[in-house]
Amino acid sequence: MTEGAPSRLSAYVRAIGVLGPGLRDWPSAAAVLAGGEPYTPAPTEMPPPVTLPPAERRRVGATVRLALSAAQQALAATDLDVAQLATVFAASGGDGAICHEFCATLASSDRQISPTRFHNSVHNAASGYWSIAMRSTAPSTALSAYDGSFAAGLLEALAQLTVRAAPVLLVSYDGTYPEPLHAKRPIAAAFACALLLAPRPETGTCARIEAALVQAPGDTLEDKPLESLRRGVPAARSLPLLRQLASGERGRVVIDYLAGLQLALEVVP
Amino acid sequence: MRPLALSHFTATSAIGRGLEAMLAALRARRGALAPCAFETVALETCIGEVPQVDAVRLPAPLARFECRNNRLAQLALAQDGFIAAVKTCAARYGPHRIGVFLGTSTSGTLQTELAYRRREPDGALPQDFLYASTHNPFSLGDFVRRSLALAGPAAVVSTACSSSAKVFGSAARLIEAGVIDAAVVGGVDSLCLTTLYGFHALQLVAPGPCRPFDVARDGISIGEAAAFALLEPLPADAPPGTVRLTGIGESSDAYHMSSPHPDGLGARAAMLGALAEAGRRPEDIDYINLHGTGTPSNDAAEARAVASLFGTRVPVSSTKGATGHTLGAAGALEAVICALALRHALAPAGINTTTPDPALAVDYLTDNRAQDLTCVLSNSFGFGGSNCSLLLERCRD
Repeated sequence: MTEGAPSRLSAYVRAIGVLGPGLRDWPSAAAVLAGGEPYTPAPTEMPPPVTLPPAERRRVGATVRLALSAAQQALAATDLDVAQLATVFAASGGDGAICHEFCATLASSDRQISPTRFHNSVHNAASGYWSIAMRSTAPSTALSAYDGSFAAGLLEALAQLTVRAAPVLLVSYDGTYPEPLHAKRPIAAAFACALLLAPRPETGTCARIEAALVQAPGDTLEDKPLESLRRGVPAARSLPLLRQLASGERGRVVIDYLAGLQLALEVVP
Repeated sequence: MRPLALSHFTATSAIGRGLEAMLAALRARRGALAPCAFETVALETCIGEVPQVDAVRLPAPLARFECRNNRLAQLALAQDGFIAAVKTCAARYGPHRIGVFLGTSTSGTLQTELAYRRREPDGALPQDFLYASTHNPFSLGDFVRRSLALAGPAAVVSTACSSSAKVFGSAARLIEAGVIDAAVVGGVDSLCLTTLYGFHALQLVAPGPCRPFDVARDGISIGEAAAFALLEPLPADAPPGTVRLTGIGESSDAYHMSSPHPDGLGARAAMLGALAEAGRRPEDIDYINLHGTGTPSNDAAEARAVASLFGTRVPVSSTKGATGHTLGAAGALEAVICALALRHALAPAGINTTTPDPALAVDYLTDNRAQDLTCVLSNSFGFGGSNCSLLLERCRD
């Protein structure tokens, strides 16, 4: 039996992808987060469909495109064998538009729902389309911890990396809900980030991160619009970590996870 | 992986509340699929409904979690002394050192479906509708973590029908990495209109009770269930009969969102992964609890994968003919059925199936087989090509 010493998980961050309101990729987000460029919120520019077979391309929804776009950014400059790369997809909920459409249809007298929309409604839709697009037969998971989904996904990715001693791609993303669901789940904007994590440093590695579960308040951001984004989208709870990575400096950040439990990350460039 | 003990477990499905009732139903080959009379659903299909779920009331401090899915979770947690076992475990390790990893596909979606019927004239959802604590996938994890007074890490895996098999992996890895000492794992999925009408739209639903692996199989019957297990490092002095998890295999099909790879390549990779992790060979396996949904293509793909590794040497069956396909709860429910099988030397029959499809080259059990079991596999495969296979073993004398 292990005594209650806080355990540490670590990984090297090899590449990052970001897509959000006014943030079109990691270089532009890094410039804003490091404090050089002002942050100007603007609607998230939804990317064109990713590399998918034409039949699948027509079917994917906006949330899946968002997730896959951030994932592809992170992999753009790597020579990893993507077909063997394990993936973790973290999102608070599934596709908001489909959820609304189904609930409205099922509340009406004609309850016929679209079969394609049905299989796209699963929480692991992005994970499934990713494996099809990348011909990846590697393990892939999809999880939620509500507002703590980013931290839950990072914890899962770090545990996989530690146990399997192999790289893992984490993709954390959230799309918005249409009304009337938006009033109950007011996700402020579509936002996604992807971290390619590896067990060893390699060319292009930007930092080492070391994680531990702690009971301490989560970090906030001084810039008001960025803090609104952090609070407004579960996947944007990653922003304190992304800011630290963008700064190129050593430091410790605390990310929101669950009631009474947070994830602390020591970042070493 | 280091083996983990399923030091305590329980399950509730249409065939029974708790282990004793589940085992009695399996022994009697008693299924629970009945014509669908759920809510206002008008579909020609059979379902595996758990009786009296909506009679359950959650404890007052957790009233905001009220929805069918969490009521089913509560009903199942109350069986077999599970709550007391978790309390003992928490006293030993500390509540911060115990994780909660659960699977579901639809969580409390029914609550939202019902709320949409009560929209205000301006289209707004009613005030009493609470999204976070009912519909969101993590509602289940949050509810169970709070009701068991645990304070460790938690997440809900939602990879369709492999969800609650994959949580065994999430928990095992965090235990192996030393982040936690033990974990509550499991799955809960409950009936809702989205899945009943959705699978109907995909033309995957059988009109009568499902008949996995039958020559005349014609689709799934949807069920609901909740199953939980307490995972802990295997003590050196584990008593004989202890059920341990020794291997978890996960893979992706990379083929299609709702059809499996026709040759079952992903299924095969998941089973091989579980065998490799456990250090076992195919000839060590005594029984396989199949994913066996009852659709023509799913069963054919799984049969090819099983036959390619095991031939006809290993008895196999799907217990979905009894319980229905419990979707995100199937992985955990069938892991518990495998634990019962190991403990009681019973390879359970696949009921409803009268004529196993001769094109499926496996030894499909249509009768219970009393047989000493040491090593068993449980398969769970889901939409998106998400595959997971668990290898469970019984500690011998």
